Amino acid sequence: MPQIAQIAETYSSQIFWLLLTFGFVFFVIGLGMVPKVQGTADARDAKISGDLDAAKAAFARADEAEADYRVRDAESRTAAQAMLAKAKSEAAKASEIKLAAADAEVATKIAAAEARIQAASTAALAEIETVAAEAARDMVARISGVEASDDAARNAVKAALAHG
Amino acid sequence: MAESGKIDPMHQFAIEPLFGTDQLSLGGFNIAFTNSALYMVLAAIVLWIFVIGGMKRELVPGRWQMAVEYMTGFIKNLLIANVGEGGKKYIPYVFSLFMFILLANLLGLLPLGLVGLHPFTFTSHFTATGVLAIMSFSIVLIVGFAKHGFHFFSLFIPHGTPALMVAPLFLIELVSFMVRPFSLGLRLFVAMTAGHVLLKVLAGFVINSANASPALGLTVGTASFILMIGISALEMLVAVIQAYVFALLTSVYLNDAENLH
Repeated sequence: MPQIAQIAETYSSQIFWLLLTFGFVFFVIGLGMVPKVQGTADARDAKISGDLDAAKAAFARADEAEADYRVRDAESRTAAQAMLAKAKSEAAKASEIKLAAADAEVATKIAAAEARIQAASTAALAEIETVAAEAARDMVARISGVEASDDAARNAVKAALAHG
Repeated sequence: MAESGKIDPMHQFAIEPLFGTDQLSLGGFNIAFTNSALYMVLAAIVLWIFVIGGMKRELVPGRWQMAVEYMTGFIKNLLIANVGEGGKKYIPYVFSLFMFILLANLLGLLPLGLVGLHPFTFTSHFTATGVLAIMSFSIVLIVGFAKHGFHFFSLFIPHGTPALMVAPLFLIELVSFMVRPFSLGLRLFVAMTAGHVLLKVLAGFVINSANASPALGLTVGTASFILMIGISALEMLVAVIQAYVFALLTSVYLNDAENLH
């Protein structure tokens, strides 16, 4: 077995070259290069998790904005409905007032017209009385030749007219 | 070995100095650049090229960058699962350990014999795995004592131990703790050695039976060859699993140092 047979001549060379090569591997590759490689991988992992967190935050913000939008939408809807109801009631009130004013005007016009009609019919009745009294006096004078007094004729006519 | 004698399944583990550096020395110690050292350098270079491909640092990674980040992420998850968040600071060490052993195991399995080269698996030498194991064990000791001081010894006394049992349990736990570097280093060395020996023995069967007679070659040789295909696949699995076990046990031991119980 050369491992044992040659040990006396070769152990120093083996140890020397192993320490030299492994020293190179450890100091140049292990300490010099591996941390950089690992750093790149760690930076990538950090970036990926950071991006994921940012995406999650953006999602949360979008949800928030949507909820906010919904609240504001509902608010403006109720405001619009209130405004609409107010405008409706105002318009109804205004038309009511106008109608009342028009009614009052019409009522005064009707009352005036009725008064005029009343006056006209009274005047007409008075005229009929006068004419009838004169006719009655004429008739009395023709038939009996007695000149009836004006008051008597008028009373007779009034009585006849009252009996209708 | 045998009379046919040309195929020695252990020869693949022989260390040979390359480029005439067999007398190279440092402070009186021989540091010849051997085939083993060559494969250590190759493993380091291949790992270096692999990780360079992951340095593009793009937000959307390509395939190569993805592969490198997958490996670092795998080690990170291993450490977080076994040590917790405090385990992240060991990523450079455990990543280096895991990838270095993994590439050493896999490079040693390359079928370079087809082009006349001799692949070599330095993780099949306990001089190499031992250094790696002692390194991991030393880090556990240093972290443990730096973090918890002498309180680190409470690791050897499980919770709820009766007073009478404290001394014997302390001894048993201490022994099991001290055995860790040996089990860590020997496990990898034995697994790699056994696999490679098995492959070479079977390859010897194929060649020797075919040389003996066509009938033997067609029966024994073909059966051995089919078995070799399956064992080669198994060896690739073992290469990955042993690297993983080494990294996993290192992180389990680091957990003891970091969090005690």
